[in-house]
Amino acid sequence: MIVLNKDTIKIEKEQDVVFFRNRVAEYADKIKMGLVNKTKLLTAASELVRNMLRYANGGKVLCEIISHATLQTGVRLTFSDQGPGIPDIEKAMQDGYSTGKSLGLGLPGAKRLVSIFDIKTQLGKGTTVTITKWKNG
Amino acid sequence: MAAKITVYQALNKNAKKLHEDWLTQQMQDEGLREDLISNEELRLESEEFLKTFLAAIKDDLLEDSNSSNFDKLNEMLAGISINRARHGFSPRETGYYIFSLKQAIFKTLEKEITDLKKLYTEILRVNKLIDSLATVTFETFIRGREEVIIRQTNEISDISTPVIQVWDNILALPIIGTLDSSRTQVVMESLLMKIVETESTIAILDISGVPAVDSLVAQHLIKTVSATRLMGAECIISGIRPEIAQTIVHLGIDLSGINTKASLSHALRFAFQTLRLEVRKKTDKTAS
Repeated sequence: MIVLNKDTIKIEKEQDVVFFRNRVAEYADKIKMGLVNKTKLLTAASELVRNMLRYANGGKVLCEIISHATLQTGVRLTFSDQGPGIPDIEKAMQDGYSTGKSLGLGLPGAKRLVSIFDIKTQLGKGTTVTITKWKNG
Repeated sequence: MAAKITVYQALNKNAKKLHEDWLTQQMQDEGLREDLISNEELRLESEEFLKTFLAAIKDDLLEDSNSSNFDKLNEMLAGISINRARHGFSPRETGYYIFSLKQAIFKTLEKEITDLKKLYTEILRVNKLIDSLATVTFETFIRGREEVIIRQTNEISDISTPVIQVWDNILALPIIGTLDSSRTQVVMESLLMKIVETESTIAILDISGVPAVDSLVAQHLIKTVSATRLMGAECIISGIRPEIAQTIVHLGIDLSGINTKASLSHALRFAFQTLRLEVRKKTDKTAS
């Protein structure tokens, strides 16, 4: 796996969401990702970034373009925050479960939208979510 | 005797000359914006600033620019910087205003203080003071700029939510840009007000201009639709692009309870049907 492009974006307020989404869109365009996949990636990214703002008061996102041995290219985003963590990750990954008053589709929805989804959380320490979307996947 | 002279005395004695030097210094700068500020204005502004400056250092306490002596000076400097930010000066031009004073002061001190060692320490002190004043300039300059940005953001969110009456009893509301909580509030409010005002029964929300529909945006849309229904009007969401449709399905958002159409014209046609209206091409009746 080779990392071709790298950038870290801080998310601190709601206005940062739009800026961040534009950056991700740039990355997706750089590898010529199709419109549908790009929209899926952007939507997943904005779900996760909203979670980060809402439950952890912000954090940072590492954006990378990665290239796999099988000639797959894709965009990988790593969201890390220092929030309270998620007490019950299985519940959080269920459709319709929310500790806030949202639809409860953020995490499970984002998982369905991307190719690889990985979540690590530690109570009181924070949460790290990594998503990868392949150009054709 | 000359060696004992304080900075204040040295500057006060040469106040007129200092003012002139400072002005020359400012005018020498290529960045001077004569289109934004006239020489006369600059002269008055500088004179007043210098007066306040001299009053502030009267006790020869240069070290602490946070002391109450400097309150008035800082306030005035902040006023000047904010004013400049609003008038479109660049940060460099604003910064140069205070930095050029440094040059002028050094020139005067050089003449008045003959003892080199004393000159050196005094210059260091003045340097430190002016630097801290410059920090104030930057801070307030940026704050002034931020105010401009905030004002524009508010203006944009006001402009970008027009409710249009496209037909009797039919309202359309094109949404452009990201839908966040505050924006939804504005959209909902203006839509509901307009429904009451025009007694409309159908409202079309067009989201072709919304870049991405995530669960939060969807939730806002659902809320708006429920609110319109409570007012007795039917709400149609139009402008759902193919990629957005696919994303919504994958995300698992249930919009089945809502009337959705691909384009605004579709929605309009549906509205006509609901209201039992017909749009027809005119046929010439002269033949019969």
